[in-house]
Amino acid sequence: MRKKVVSGLLCAAMAASLIGGCSSKSAQNTQSQSGTPEATSKEAAEEKGAGSTEGKVVNIYVWNDEFKTRYEDYYASKLPAGYTVNFITTPSENNAYQNALDEALLNQANAKADDKVDMFLVEADYILKYVNSDSTIDLKDIGITDQDMSKQYNYTKEIAQDGSGAQKGISWQGCPGLYIYRRSIAKAVLGTDDPAEVQKAINDWDSFDKTAEKMKEKGYFMVSGFDDTYRTFSNNVSAPWVDGNKVVIDPNIEKWVEQTKDYTDKGYNQKTILWAAEWAAGQGPEGKVFGYFMPAWGVDFVMAGNSLEKAEADGGKQEVGNGCYGDWAATIGPESYNWGGTWICAANGTDNGDIVADIMRTICCDDATMKKIVEEKNDFVNNKTVMEELAKSDYKSQFLGGQNPLQMYCDAAAKIDMSKISPYDQGLNEELQTAMHDYFNGTVDKDTAMKNFYTAISEKYPDLKIE
Amino acid sequence: MIPFFSTYFIFSFIPLVNTFYNSLFENYRSGLTQIGPNFVGLQNYISIFQSDLLKYLGNTMILWIIGFIPQIIISLILAVWFADFRLRLKGSSFFKTIIYMPNVIMAASFAMLFFALFSDDGPMNNLLINLGILNSPFRFLATVWGTRGLIGLMNFMMWFGNTTILLMAAILGVDSSLFEAASIDGAKSLQIFTKITMPTIKPIFIYVLITSLIGGLQMFDVPQVLTNAKGSPDRTSTTLIMFLNNHLYSKNYGMAGALSVILFVITAALSLVVFFVLTGAGKRRGGK
Repeated sequence: MRKKVVSGLLCAAMAASLIGGCSSKSAQNTQSQSGTPEATSKEAAEEKGAGSTEGKVVNIYVWNDEFKTRYEDYYASKLPAGYTVNFITTPSENNAYQNALDEALLNQANAKADDKVDMFLVEADYILKYVNSDSTIDLKDIGITDQDMSKQYNYTKEIAQDGSGAQKGISWQGCPGLYIYRRSIAKAVLGTDDPAEVQKAINDWDSFDKTAEKMKEKGYFMVSGFDDTYRTFSNNVSAPWVDGNKVVIDPNIEKWVEQTKDYTDKGYNQKTILWAAEWAAGQGPEGKVFGYFMPAWGVDFVMAGNSLEKAEADGGKQEVGNGCYGDWAATIGPESYNWGGTWICAANGTDNGDIVADIMRTICCDDATMKKIVEEKNDFVNNKTVMEELAKSDYKSQFLGGQNPLQMYCDAAAKIDMSKISPYDQGLNEELQTAMHDYFNGTVDKDTAMKNFYTAISEKYPDLKIE
Repeated sequence: MIPFFSTYFIFSFIPLVNTFYNSLFENYRSGLTQIGPNFVGLQNYISIFQSDLLKYLGNTMILWIIGFIPQIIISLILAVWFADFRLRLKGSSFFKTIIYMPNVIMAASFAMLFFALFSDDGPMNNLLINLGILNSPFRFLATVWGTRGLIGLMNFMMWFGNTTILLMAAILGVDSSLFEAASIDGAKSLQIFTKITMPTIKPIFIYVLITSLIGGLQMFDVPQVLTNAKGSPDRTSTTLIMFLNNHLYSKNYGMAGALSVILFVITAALSLVVFFVLTGAGKRRGGK
């Protein structure tokens, strides 16, 4: 009898552990449904060498819906009949997007035509990993010419070229960053909301510190939290994160640590973490944060939505008068920098090369479409002709209270240098920020925080050497 | 027993041996490039012991203890009350269901809920400030004991119902004439509890203790979700399985295999304890 009980228990325990062990892998594929499963032969595909058979399902890997909205607003209507476009979304935090993408790309050869990755998006923090791999194809092979890309900013092209100069990615946006501040707070503390005057108060880090003190006296916060100034320092480093396979802490990164600790101890920030609910609330009507370091995508995709009193989901509109929409202005800030940027790559083995190329040509190269993106979405597009024309035009950003910030963006874009990136940037940036939060909070000293950073990256990147 | 052994062989024994085999190789992915598998002997075990293994074992034990102590106390009290015929508690089956409810919620959503409730600008802080208890928000998740306390609280809430039901079953299994005899002899309830209830339910009590300990060693979802996979602050809420997950996340099968084997050894040792306690093997040999 007892044996039966024990073996019963063992069975139950085993069954329980089996159920508990089920992974969530299947979730990845739930979004890809097949429109028309049978692959049809198409001459165009054969000509371009993208494979002899072509499925009619285009799979695009993304980490949020920024590109999806661009696609829907500016390309979806041009999609030839019979095609289906699937967006497979995995959030980017903690390398989750990269892991999901890697899994799909490594499985590319065995996947069915309709399940193959056709196109995927990458960020500057890890673009090199894909550019220098066989998972991406030279855009010339699908018909994107140098002529198509002639108006783009050079850094956006160079970052996406592999060692032999093949163009492996293309971007529709440039990401020069500015300091976006709250007009009403500027008036209350500095006595003016004129961008030129405000710029004088934050022209370099010393004056930035002084203004921060004034903000504190009046009950405001200069920046929202720990990670806000990070990109202004990390984008102006003297060498990449990784030298060979050795991790190097740049002096500029040290400056960020020093400044943020100082600001935290003095109460110049609200101790928030990037993307957290409290961080976003600072951009809302009740926010007490003077400003945010943001590139154009951050203004359009992040701040505009957060600034509303009545959210868009509740039927509110992005218009002046709803929350603090329109109570903002842009200025250069203490240092020019670049944050992020999204590049589109064509996956090796794609069976829809012509559609992929057409999407790229429309969103990343076509003057008329790109001009509309700026006018309607306030994004900064990767097209010198369009940007310079609009910078001189009477373009107005409603969110920035009628200001035309484009000349500032153009000037900053000219200064961008993206030669100091490494394929490991996302993991290293995230883990450094996480580890340093404990130091800023006063939980641990700096050496312990550093040690935790090294522990975390040795788990994430076993091939990197620390010290 | 054949169905048991065949399923055991396929789903448990082969993976077990395979894990041990994998733990002897350097085998991970760097970007899109596969490194290994290269045979490295016991190198992975050496690396694991050189890393913070003991710290994570300590974290796991602390997190388990701060959840388990209130859990076992409350469960014992409730079990004694529910099982006591003289108290005749009204609606006891209703409350038995209620206390079991938190266990039905998925741990991940439960942790998400706590994350939102106890965030810096969350409802709990607003409540405490509005009641005048606090002047400024208490940043629960930025302090070591705030985070650990919340994890302990969640584990307590999720498991005390389950433990109550197990202990109650044990108490109901005791011959009620023992309790009657004791009360006729004038024993107080505390005396009945210490002299009759506890000694008679001891095997089940130890079973509960050890299974909870094994469950505690495998603690993962609650701290993982609550700290956003970071085990923060200062990695003090990183449990052994979160450590394992970090290695698996970067496809480092060698290190993950070695850590799994170490976990297996610890868990196996604890299971042997349960086995001997349950079958009373040691007692019989020594006693008769």
